[in-house]
Amino acid sequence: MAVIKEAKGDKIFNIINYTLLTIILIITFYPLLFVVIASISNPDLINSGEVILLPKDVSFDGYRRIFQDPRILNGYKNTIIYTVFGTLINLGVTIPAAYALSRKDLVGRNVFTLIFAFTMFFSGGLIPTFLLMKNLHLLNTRWAILLLGATNMWNIVITRTFFESNIPLELQEAAELDGCSDFKLFFSIVLPLASPIIAVMALFFGVAHWNNYFKALIYLSDKKLFPLQLILREILVKSEFDAQMLLIGSHDTGTLMEELRAAEQIKYALIIVATLPVMLAYPFVQKYFVKGVMVGAIKG
Amino acid sequence: MEAKYQLNQSSDLAKGEMKKVKIKKGKTWKSVAKNWQLYILLLPALLYFIIFHYVPMYGVQIAFKDFIATKGIWGSPWVGLKHFRNFFGTYSSRIVIKNTISISLYSLLAGFPIPIILALLLNEVKNERFKKLVQNVTYAPHFISTVVMVGMILIFLSPNGIINKLRELVGLEAVPYLTKDYLFSDIYVWSGIWQNMGWGSIIYLAALSGIDPQLHEAAIVDGASRMQRIFYINIPGILPTIIIMLILNVGSIMNVGFEKIYLMQNPFNLKYSEVISTYVYKVGLLDAKYSFSAAVNLFNTIINLALLVTVNKISKKVSDVYLW
Repeated sequence: MAVIKEAKGDKIFNIINYTLLTIILIITFYPLLFVVIASISNPDLINSGEVILLPKDVSFDGYRRIFQDPRILNGYKNTIIYTVFGTLINLGVTIPAAYALSRKDLVGRNVFTLIFAFTMFFSGGLIPTFLLMKNLHLLNTRWAILLLGATNMWNIVITRTFFESNIPLELQEAAELDGCSDFKLFFSIVLPLASPIIAVMALFFGVAHWNNYFKALIYLSDKKLFPLQLILREILVKSEFDAQMLLIGSHDTGTLMEELRAAEQIKYALIIVATLPVMLAYPFVQKYFVKGVMVGAIKG
Repeated sequence: MEAKYQLNQSSDLAKGEMKKVKIKKGKTWKSVAKNWQLYILLLPALLYFIIFHYVPMYGVQIAFKDFIATKGIWGSPWVGLKHFRNFFGTYSSRIVIKNTISISLYSLLAGFPIPIILALLLNEVKNERFKKLVQNVTYAPHFISTVVMVGMILIFLSPNGIINKLRELVGLEAVPYLTKDYLFSDIYVWSGIWQNMGWGSIIYLAALSGIDPQLHEAAIVDGASRMQRIFYINIPGILPTIIIMLILNVGSIMNVGFEKIYLMQNPFNLKYSEVISTYVYKVGLLDAKYSFSAAVNLFNTIINLALLVTVNKISKKVSDVYLW
């Protein structure tokens, strides 16, 4: 009797659960899908509300325009530079430090941890950091973007925890018995074992670089150095607002409408072009993810 | 007599201690010397934190000074709490503080439980393929940049946008969302939830996978229903994780992110959208009132730190879960 009742309760539970999750799935997926179909549809049909589920009057004009726009191409180039070199710096600073902190025989380990961790909860703030960058003559240089945020305590903790739980102590002891130096131990034994955490850190730091606009907004003024996100800000955010103000304010049509029409199509394509590289990177790293690294993070 | 005896004893003890310390010290230096290469590995991070975090902390003193560029941080004259008094004397301080607190409380109350619920629901799904599908789709928006996210909000919610088209499709009137300033925090918070609920659920899913399956087996034998097992096994099982996340969230309650708010601002919604971080940027870098801006920023940081310490202490007392 109890078993039947339990099964019935289970059934109702399952129905509700699957329904809720399906709703969440649709709410999350539809906006993404819409951007994709809108990016290849005729903007007039989007505006009149005819494009809902499938692309209509397919054209790749939006994409073609994007790849002809020198601002966007230059922004793309800069973003790739910041992402590649920035991430290399991040890994070069974070991984060795995390390994050193994972070693129980490191004298002063707690002091270093405290010095690092304090920065998570207290900071000088925007203006003192800006003045520092000014004094170091880093304003309006690529180094401002590359060096600021070279590491952070969150990621050091996650990496340290990975080392603590994945590099057996015996390995270190054996290496010491063999007269192996700490450098050799780190570079030729620990690093090859660390590829999961290196992949995850590269993803974290890389995505952050790709998506960051704040540092560029504050520290760069030369448009030639602007990353893609700042260019996107001009096209997606500023102009969208201007367009709406114009629509409310003026009754002039003709050329304005034509410009808006073109701008409309470029926007959806731009969203895809700016987001796709990051979304493509994720599946490669995903397998290391849910287990291992994140659980380690909680315990640490 | 007794006191003297104790004194003697303690000084004997102290001598012993000292000996120990000496020996230990010798060992310590030996160990430092042996591991010098580890310090080299640590050095870049240490330098980074000192230069880019601790030097600005030293620079925070300009909040109590009238910063004059030619005299530098150290040479500028002290003015005490003048900038703090000025800030609290302005009308904008009230608006900015009110907006900061209300937006972040709203984010916390609405945004904190949803990833937990999502994780609990996903954990009950037995169909692996469906589970993976939901997970991957809900993770995806996390990778969208703030600029693109705000761009999407503006496009979707515009009078001609897809949301209004869908409303028309089901016979509802179009709403000019973006010109209704009082909707600012709703749009900000719910778009944030849309973007981050999946990613936020990862940590709870990981915690759920660490719960001993034997607990569930025993509960099933005892006739516990699914709901009962969620409430009596799963939720208590991930409670430490929930508390840690809550402490961290409360500790940053005054840290409404600059990036998204700044992009979502327009001259019409400032009454609802100006928060401390955007205000600090505008008066500091755009109006070049360095000291005043640094003071506002410092006030914000200190409130955050105080909140974090308080919540951590409370949690330590009542739940035995804490950061330090």
